[in-house]
Amino acid sequence: MLWLGVAYLGALAALLITSLWTQDDFTGTIQRAWTLENFRTLFTVEVYRTITVRTIAIAALVTVVDVVLAFPIALYMAKVASPRLQRLLVIAVLMPLWASYLVKAYAWRGMLSADGPIAWIASPFGLGTPGYGLVATTITLAYLWLPYMILPVYAGLERVPDSLFEASADLGGGAWTTIRRVVVPMAFPAIVAGSIFTFSLSMGDYIAVKIVGGTGQLLGNVVYDNSSTANNLPFAAAVATVPIVVMLGYLAAARRTGALENL
Amino acid sequence: MSTAISVRGLSKHFGDVRAVDDLDLDIADGEFFSMLGPSGSGKTTVLRLIAGFEEPTAGRILLGEEDVTRRPPFARDVNTVFQDYAIFPHMSVRQNVEYGLRVKKVGKAERRRRAEEALATVRLEGYADRRPHQLSGGQRQRVALARALVNRPQVLLLDEPLGALDLQLRREMQIELKEIQREVGITFVFVTHDQEEALTMSDRIAVFNEGRIEQLATPVELYDRPASAFVAGFVGSSNLLQGEAARDLLGVEGSFVIRPEKLQLVSEAPTESGRLSAPGVVREVVYLGASTTSVVELDAGPTVTVSHQNTDTSIDAALERRDQRVVVTWRRDHLVSLGSPDPAASPEEETA
Repeated sequence: MLWLGVAYLGALAALLITSLWTQDDFTGTIQRAWTLENFRTLFTVEVYRTITVRTIAIAALVTVVDVVLAFPIALYMAKVASPRLQRLLVIAVLMPLWASYLVKAYAWRGMLSADGPIAWIASPFGLGTPGYGLVATTITLAYLWLPYMILPVYAGLERVPDSLFEASADLGGGAWTTIRRVVVPMAFPAIVAGSIFTFSLSMGDYIAVKIVGGTGQLLGNVVYDNSSTANNLPFAAAVATVPIVVMLGYLAAARRTGALENL
Repeated sequence: MSTAISVRGLSKHFGDVRAVDDLDLDIADGEFFSMLGPSGSGKTTVLRLIAGFEEPTAGRILLGEEDVTRRPPFARDVNTVFQDYAIFPHMSVRQNVEYGLRVKKVGKAERRRRAEEALATVRLEGYADRRPHQLSGGQRQRVALARALVNRPQVLLLDEPLGALDLQLRREMQIELKEIQREVGITFVFVTHDQEEALTMSDRIAVFNEGRIEQLATPVELYDRPASAFVAGFVGSSNLLQGEAARDLLGVEGSFVIRPEKLQLVSEAPTESGRLSAPGVVREVVYLGASTTSVVELDAGPTVTVSHQNTDTSIDAALERRDQRVVVTWRRDHLVSLGSPDPAASPEEETA
């Protein structure tokens, strides 16, 4: 517990404290004087506001895409597949997690490139690759975090007794009615649990957007640039608190759905 | 009386296992029909086939006049009370009960009224706004019943609905279920492995064994005239006399069963006609409160169980009989023949 306190919360506290300091523009040294200057900059400068909204929007979009993709897969795994196929599918879902993050991001860079497979498949239909930008970022992030959505939803659905589905059918509910009125509500806490992963991971990401995002920037890039290139650690810390605050709000909302018991 | 369910040549195989094997069955309208059998005897599979949760390997299922064999569960006018109740945990009691009406697009006022009515039938007035996790096992069971009854199905299927309740509550629910069935007049098809439960509630009982019906009869018939050793052993307890023992004791060939309470312990062989007797030694005496059971090893070989009501103080006398020599006596017409190689010599002839 002490370790958790020091190593984990301590780092967070240090982050918060740093964000309240400021940096000397000439010498680049950190001045340990309490100020809210960093947060004022963050909220008043147009570009940072845009990036904040954009980051939240992309994280939300990635989450929605993952829910839509993960739900049928998880439902199939939990309720349709044979036990043997079920095990194989769990391994298949986990497999991408064994590969390096960078490899996967670069794989998508290749996929989305102007002469890549997507352009090649889409060209007969008069379409092209979306190219590098926010769409590519969303696709890549959605791919990267998909297992983190599938697994909790699968685990959540597996716990639902088959008799509930049978009861719905027995009472006159067709497949869609059963999914809408029984399966989705029963899976909802698990979906929220999965969305905590996809949302928070997307909020903090800066590598994928660097690789496939073109000129688009997310909060993570601002943190990265300010802590490395600009060497403005206090401002980077202030930017980094934004995802934390958003996530705290999200977690508080998630708690009310009972999703946290599903993690 | 018209038929609620007809089953013709119904089979269900799971791989090599014949869960249901070429079954024919007719269940009358308004009947309380029980399917009794040990686990794995196919009774639950028959219920699931009727409900539509399983597809038969062969055969047909008719609901009234309609062939429903290939119809999905939601297109059959039957409702099921599940063994684990299958109450939707994310809905209130009212939402659970209204579910069937809601998916059938019944108007809100009508829905409300019928749900209240169904909850009243199962004596759960005032529980409509509770959540399932706030209810006891018995109450959940009633919600499951109300949720099925509210749809006024042609047939209500009950899959061991009382199995999870404790004995006291189970006995109460047995009587209540029977009352409810009489009240609503819906055909009940009840699956159980508890013979006492089946005898208490049913109009007719089908005894299942290895995917087939061993005997289909009224409770009285089933108990007094079991058609096979399996039925005799599964429904109540019984003493089986066969082979040499039957020849020695009864003077005829064949297999016979007799119920423990039809046997009496006396000190001397009776002389009246129509009574048979056999000497033996009491090996065990078991006091059961309302009755006492004695295990007697007959000199002729077999061991029989004798049961008698503790209506007087003779219990002390009974207990003292351990290891004593006694005479077991019974009326000839209480013997039930399970088919003998020489039907003419069967004692059943005398009683028929």
